[in-house]
Amino acid sequence: MDIHALQQIVHQTRDARRKQTIPKFSPADRDQLIHKYHPDYRASAYRPIRFGPNADEKTVVELATLLEGDSLITDEMDLTPQYTTDVLVIGGGGAGCAAALHAHHAGAKVMLATKLRLGDSNSVMAQGGMQISVAPEDSPVTHFIDTLKGGHMHNDHDLLKVMVEEGPSIAKWLIELGVLFDRQADGNLHVKKGGGSSKPRLLTCSDYTGLEIMRVLKDEVLNQKIQLLEFCAAVELLSDEHGQCTGAIFKDLDNHRFVVVAAKSVILATGGIGRLHIQGFPTSNHYGATGDGLCLSYRMGAKLAHIDTFQYHPSGAVYPEQLVGQLVTEGIRSEGGHLVNAKGERFVNELDTRDVVSSSIIRECEEGRGIRTMSGRVGVWLDTPLLDAEHGPGTVEKHFPAMMMQFERFGIDISKDPVLIYPTLHYQNGGVKIDTNSETNVKNLFVAGEASGGLHGRNRLMGNSLLDLMVFGKRSGLTAASRAASMSHGKLTVQHLQRFRADAKKHGNVSGVTSPMILPAYTRKT
Amino acid sequence: MAQDNTNVIDQPEVMQPRMVSIEISGKKYDVPEGITVIKALWYTGQEVVRGAGCLGGFCGACATYYRTKDDPKVRTCLACQMAVEDGMSFTIMPPFPARKATYDIQALKDPKQDLFNLYPEAPLCRNCNACTEACPQKIDVREGVWKAVFGDFKSVSEMFMDCVMCGMCTPVCIADIAPNLVALYVSRAQGARFTEKPVGLDARIKEIQEGRYNDEWKKLLKMSEKELADHCATVK
Ligand SMILES: Cc1cc2nc3c(=O)[nH]c(=O)nc-3n(C[C@H](O)[C@H](O)[C@H](O)COP(=O)(O)OP(=O)(O)OC[C@H]3O[C@@H](n4cnc5c(N)ncnc54)[C@H](O)[C@@H]3O)c2cc1C
Ligand code: SF4
Ligand code: SF4
Ligand code: FES
Repeated sequence: MDIHALQQIVHQTRDARRKQTIPKFSPADRDQLIHKYHPDYRASAYRPIRFGPNADEKTVVELATLLEGDSLITDEMDLTPQYTTDVLVIGGGGAGCAAALHAHHAGAKVMLATKLRLGDSNSVMAQGGMQISVAPEDSPVTHFIDTLKGGHMHNDHDLLKVMVEEGPSIAKWLIELGVLFDRQADGNLHVKKGGGSSKPRLLTCSDYTGLEIMRVLKDEVLNQKIQLLEFCAAVELLSDEHGQCTGAIFKDLDNHRFVVVAAKSVILATGGIGRLHIQGFPTSNHYGATGDGLCLSYRMGAKLAHIDTFQYHPSGAVYPEQLVGQLVTEGIRSEGGHLVNAKGERFVNELDTRDVVSSSIIRECEEGRGIRTMSGRVGVWLDTPLLDAEHGPGTVEKHFPAMMMQFERFGIDISKDPVLIYPTLHYQNGGVKIDTNSETNVKNLFVAGEASGGLHGRNRLMGNSLLDLMVFGKRSGLTAASRAASMSHGKLTVQHLQRFRADAKKHGNVSGVTSPMILPAYTRKT
Repeated sequence: MAQDNTNVIDQPEVMQPRMVSIEISGKKYDVPEGITVIKALWYTGQEVVRGAGCLGGFCGACATYYRTKDDPKVRTCLACQMAVEDGMSFTIMPPFPARKATYDIQALKDPKQDLFNLYPEAPLCRNCNACTEACPQKIDVREGVWKAVFGDFKSVSEMFMDCVMCGMCTPVCIADIAPNLVALYVSRAQGARFTEKPVGLDARIKEIQEGRYNDEWKKLLKMSEKELADHCATVK
């Protein structure tokens, strides 16, 4: 049957569904559902890491292999630096730009190095918004509690408290830089309600929140003339005789040469892991999201946290094939869009936490109530036309222009036709363990943003990542800068590699790959 | 799991991928119809470093010129968002060396007037509309440049919310304007200088600084795991 015939059931059942309310799962039912259907609980996809700071802990096979991987750098490499700086920021997404700007503002000499162009990152794609407790009925404490619940109570309390308390001043900083958040008629910030939150708390810039923030931050990095190294991927960190971080080695992707940068401290802001396609999932992530920061920090001896849990965003596009994996923003569900199975039924409260919603979509599909495309993908409907029916014609177009355009390019008008979705690999819940200044257990090595772990517990609440980036980007930048002011450059060595390689050898050099991956291998080999 | 075959979407291009003939930077290749321009590059064995970023239509890294069969018109697209068709010819655009003015958005005396110092070419727009035609995000770029010059910063900031900074509007401008950079400046000025200060936000910042929540924090952070879980369960 063709898509239009199959879609009819969504149109036919709409009015009946609108009268329904679907309760959220009880904690017991929720746990049962997640254990049965969430990809994090597929034991066969996991294995223990054999050595290193997280030895014997389990993570997905794809990541374990990279963490145990060998460095591209040999012991004999000439480590004479081409550049010397106070603070070296690695990664040009939201966390990297925020870190660089704050470190620069604090008076440090800053260099920002990034794999692709400045700004090419997950951060530009954030559509849903940024959680900050600004509404009168809301408070940082409520934000804390909601996040804790979303994270299954595993969040690091200290990190979380810092994030929710600094949120409002971050909003102020962004506004002063010129970020155009949506406003109410009275000039106050407009807030939307996100999945898993008890109060409306999402600041938005239309459905371009990440793009708008990144346009401004990128522009500001250029205005401040912060030294840039683009198309350079970090392939190894440098350490002195005490194991403290002293810089990094990059591979220049244009001419394949190595570039050595000496720094007093290093801030890794390399983002997430989606492009590893763990468990074969499609992903919403950018081209360079290959978990490089995890491998680099791990070799250096930094401990990782919660790296056995990932976020599968409930609504990745399944059709058309060209958009597979790309995000259909949660905003649609926030505004009342229903999830509908092949029988025309709703099956979950659309505003339950992401892990719950994803698990229930997987359940519908595994139990035969999904819609299969000819490429063999299965999904359920997201009733987008409902928004126009509910809030008046033009709502979808007005509130979700980015999404409208995305589908229009393939001849689909989402204000008239529902879209087919399935969970997509979206976010790395864990990462390198940090303290409230964003520092790891390796001295002078800071990690900020999605590459860091602990804050979000075992499941991130929507909109908390953009805030995480800004708060810990700032803290890492300020701490690194103030430290740099009172210290001198350390020795440049790759001594940590000797220890790592000895460990690997003891375990039979099990991995057989070099890491980081840098870019996914999409180029077809014939 | 038994599949219900009535719930199947026909998608001819996936059922029997039809090969189409395309031209990449002047060289011919056969690729499956309907894959995106970027996937076509990968399919033909080409590594892509420059020309790919977000893969989601947001970063503008994949700005591409293309032409369809027998049509003289050269169009623009984002390579990660455009499906190939038979006879299509395309080439990814190299980064264009546009000049970006530098400024301190808070220190500017009169942002509307300062536009003319920072981008003196902006008022020289000759209304040719080439920029609008070049924009893959369908922004009325020419209108935006005019509005910027006439000081309607609010409209500009709304119009350019879709701008992915691909830079396609820049090389076509006969007046050497970089419309996207002008719009970015204008949008930032609008946000930083001409938008009302949100009083609620300032109030919240003050509350936090004055320790309004300290007692609540103290209570909360002293709780045992069990107490905390029970307390969280009461917040709906
Ligand atoms: C489609 C999408 C929508 C989202 N929507 C939201 C939302 O609405 N709200 C929200 O809060 N969060 C959202 N998120 C999550 C959030 O955007 C990300 O978690 C966040 O942007 C990560 O920021 P980051 O700075 O840590 O990493 P990124 O923004 O991904 O930046 C990482 C940077 O590091 C660079 N890099 C990587 N490896 C190397 C290397 N080896 N050497 C040098 N540089 C390297 C990359 O090129 C990139 O520039 C969304 C994510 C996606 C993918
Ligand atoms: S305005 Fe210019 S830079 Fe922005 S999307 Fe359109 S063509 Fe690209
Ligand atoms: S291309 Fe240049 S001259 Fe032509 S309308 Fe656009 S801004 Fe004006
Ligand atoms: S790769 Fe970002 S817009 Fe195409």
